[in-house]
Amino acid sequence: MTKRLRNLFIPVIAVLLGILSGTLIMIVSGYDPIAGFTSLWYGAFGDLYYTGEVIRQVTPYILSGLAVAFAFRVGLFNIGVEGQLIVGWLAAVWIGVAFELPKVIHLPLAILTAAVAGAIWAFIPGLLKAKFRVHEVIVTIMMNYIALHITNYIIRTVLSEKSDKTKTIFESASLRSPFLEGLTDYSRLHWGILISLACAFTMWFLLEKTTIGYELRSVGFNHHASQYAGMNVNRNIILSMIISGAFAGLAGAMEGLGTFGYAAVKGGFTGVGFDGIAVALLGGNTAVGVIFSALLFGALKVGALNMPLESGIPNELVDIIIALIVFFVASSYMIRWIIDRFNNKGVK
Amino acid sequence: MDYVIEMLNIRKEFPGIVANDNITLQVRKGEIHALLGENGAGKSTLMNVLFGLYQPEQGEIRVKGKPVKITNPNIANDLGIGMVHQHFMLVDTFTVTENIILGKEITSKGKIDIKKAEQEVRKISDRYGLAVDPKAKISDISVGMQQRVEILKTLYRGADILIFDEPTAVLTPQEIKELIQIMKTLIAEGKSIILITHKLKEIMEVCDRVTVIRKGKGIGTLNVKDTNPNELASIMVGREVVFKTEKKPSVPKQEVLEIINLVVNDSRGVPVVNGLNLTVHAGEIVGIAGVDGNGQTELIEAITGLRKSESGTIKLNGKEIQNMSPRKITEAGVGHIPQDRHKHGLVLDFPIGENMVLQTYHKKPFSKNGILNFKEIYRKARTLISEFDVRTPSEYTLARALSGGNQQKAIIGREVDRDPDLLIAAQPTRGLDVGAIEFIHKRLIEQRDNGKAVLLISFELDEIINVSDRIAVIYEGKIIAIVDPKETTEQELGLLMAGSKRKEAGVGTND
Ligand SMILES: Nc1ncnc2c1ncn2[C@@H]1O[C@H](COP(=O)(O)OP(=O)(O)OP(=O)(O)O)[C@@H](O)[C@H]1O
Ligand SMILES: [Mg+2]
Repeated sequence: MTKRLRNLFIPVIAVLLGILSGTLIMIVSGYDPIAGFTSLWYGAFGDLYYTGEVIRQVTPYILSGLAVAFAFRVGLFNIGVEGQLIVGWLAAVWIGVAFELPKVIHLPLAILTAAVAGAIWAFIPGLLKAKFRVHEVIVTIMMNYIALHITNYIIRTVLSEKSDKTKTIFESASLRSPFLEGLTDYSRLHWGILISLACAFTMWFLLEKTTIGYELRSVGFNHHASQYAGMNVNRNIILSMIISGAFAGLAGAMEGLGTFGYAAVKGGFTGVGFDGIAVALLGGNTAVGVIFSALLFGALKVGALNMPLESGIPNELVDIIIALIVFFVASSYMIRWIIDRFNNKGVK
Repeated sequence: MDYVIEMLNIRKEFPGIVANDNITLQVRKGEIHALLGENGAGKSTLMNVLFGLYQPEQGEIRVKGKPVKITNPNIANDLGIGMVHQHFMLVDTFTVTENIILGKEITSKGKIDIKKAEQEVRKISDRYGLAVDPKAKISDISVGMQQRVEILKTLYRGADILIFDEPTAVLTPQEIKELIQIMKTLIAEGKSIILITHKLKEIMEVCDRVTVIRKGKGIGTLNVKDTNPNELASIMVGREVVFKTEKKPSVPKQEVLEIINLVVNDSRGVPVVNGLNLTVHAGEIVGIAGVDGNGQTELIEAITGLRKSESGTIKLNGKEIQNMSPRKITEAGVGHIPQDRHKHGLVLDFPIGENMVLQTYHKKPFSKNGILNFKEIYRKARTLISEFDVRTPSEYTLARALSGGNQQKAIIGREVDRDPDLLIAAQPTRGLDVGAIEFIHKRLIEQRDNGKAVLLISFELDEIINVSDRIAVIYEGKIIAIVDPKETTEQELGLLMAGSKRKEAGVGTND
């Protein structure tokens, strides 16, 4: 089996194993797995409305997945995607409610601001890592909490008068599309999916085709050799965090300018940023892989909402299945081992 | 005949290449059996098959007469086969004992009995004269010691057939002498050894028989007593090999590298280069001879910008370059074949083609406006691969999959091709076969003849004497003598390297 084929095989098997164990869990807890999965499938693709919702959910998933994957390719573990996303969300909404402008200026400005906000939020851990070797995992986790509480504070005091929600953004900053909504039976599908796909393309192009990407990959694989070859390792660490954070900030813009149109005080994290870790892992940290795994996670997430309604299965079960898939991807070593076993048998 | 190991008609393929093509290797009990072949001939592959890391497509393995299937290293261990890899597999932050018992821990009531393990390790160490401190941390001991830990690891697991994959490539001459002694002790204790080495001298010294492979095919097995280095070299390469490279007298011109009173600290802050003076002219090769740890590594790192210098000046073509960035120094005209090829020389997970432009990717024609031009990159790679005889299935193969010697040839090709005014070659022929060594020496001399300066650092005294035009002896961070290779001997160099000043007339220091 060639390496490429195997890389494709592992996530597929992980997903199948996840679903299989989900089935077992349903049986053990007394639910009908066939009804369960049917309602899951129906809840994701059974209806244009649901499909629209799936794509809407996939939109931020692609971006948060790209954010994690991008940093990972340079050897950094950005757990701060969640915080960068929250910051991006608020920044986009802020621009959206602050003034009204022609759409061609307003919308790009709001999107760009979100990217910049996310980038700044990621720049701090990048800088600390580059200058003082402070581990990015620790700093990004702390930055998540700072993001959560600061944005809540700003929403309460600056962007509203002690309300827990901002005003709705001006139409000129909105990603919403009556056309797409009409097409999908009035789901909340918006133009953001195009931005997500464009970002996936950008990541692929940047990493694989440009000198910047060459440096980033090189530093990710072997920073000693990169330094020896004259690359500035610290600059590349910071740059990769900035780009990663920009993707995360854009994920926030998708929620703020597309799905919701406002920012609200949050009791806890959105989870989209953390799910990005799973999306990236399942997608093998490549742009194309991230698109497909975001689609899977989006479908599971949206389809799950239908499970309690149609088959009485609590949608927490879907969270368990997602967790199991992540578990099996993470233990891909085990799967690889099984495949090799299988191959050797085949040869003899 | 009493064979402990028989590998019969082994065939192992990798994508695009047959690494082992019908090779037969038979090892007698109690002998040291050499495995000789060019870089990429398939020696490591064959040993990895024996150790259970690769599965052969074809062939049979017998251990002590019994046919066996070795599908993983644990089975190899159980059969008494142990392997000392060229790249050690030790946990840096663990102690010697912890590394040795890893996976075979002695436990009592569920807890690791580290005392007992240490005693056991010490017992084995004493028995074979390894002089290993069971409590030392791996990161604190020398490469030579780490290798002994690897040997201990196999002995601890009860190995009586030991595979050494190029053990001497990473050792200093003194450590090599000690290792040879250890191998003799092992044989006296009834072990059998398979030794991979490119150094014919070593084969002549310790081995009983030698099996030669060429381009994946077995050529045959000879008694070492009945052969000589010249014959071995020509059987292995398939042509006559010249050991002493011919060269015209050098014509030194202007100063290219000038180092004045240089002080460089090591990572602990100790000044290991301590007031060093050295000049290298265009058109000459200066060899640095010295015992490992006298400041050679830090000196190179300071010249190439990888390490800060505390004081003193380094001039390249008259311009000061100390403490400039590696890129500025590279572009000012310095090429560097690094000592540690895996750490500094290559990005192992890049294709070999992308490795060929590691310093030049941002320049035309390899990129334009920040966009890489893969056509040009791989065109360059193909040229270098054929010019420097890098044996690889293709330019798209990951550097990791190349044999050690071919990785080295790729780096040398890349550095020489940039045609730097000053070429620093640190252990450039480490791990290379005799044919490749001859080739590399020719290229270094060619650089010199083209009016470039070459600084050669090597632990191989015959290489230093053979290739250099002047030899600078380094001792405790200073150049203590400059000698003419035509008028010196290995013995004399050895004494100088140990710190004894030379008194005869006609020899000055570099100050
Ligand atoms: N994992 C691998 N994947 C693909 N090709 C490989 C792999 N390992 C080795 N090869 C190829 O097999 C051939 C034999 O390699 P091997 O490492 O056995 O050579 P060697 O005789 O040990 O050489 P050296 O003296 O340079 O270490 C080489 O052409 C190498 O490129
Ligand atoms: Mg080898």
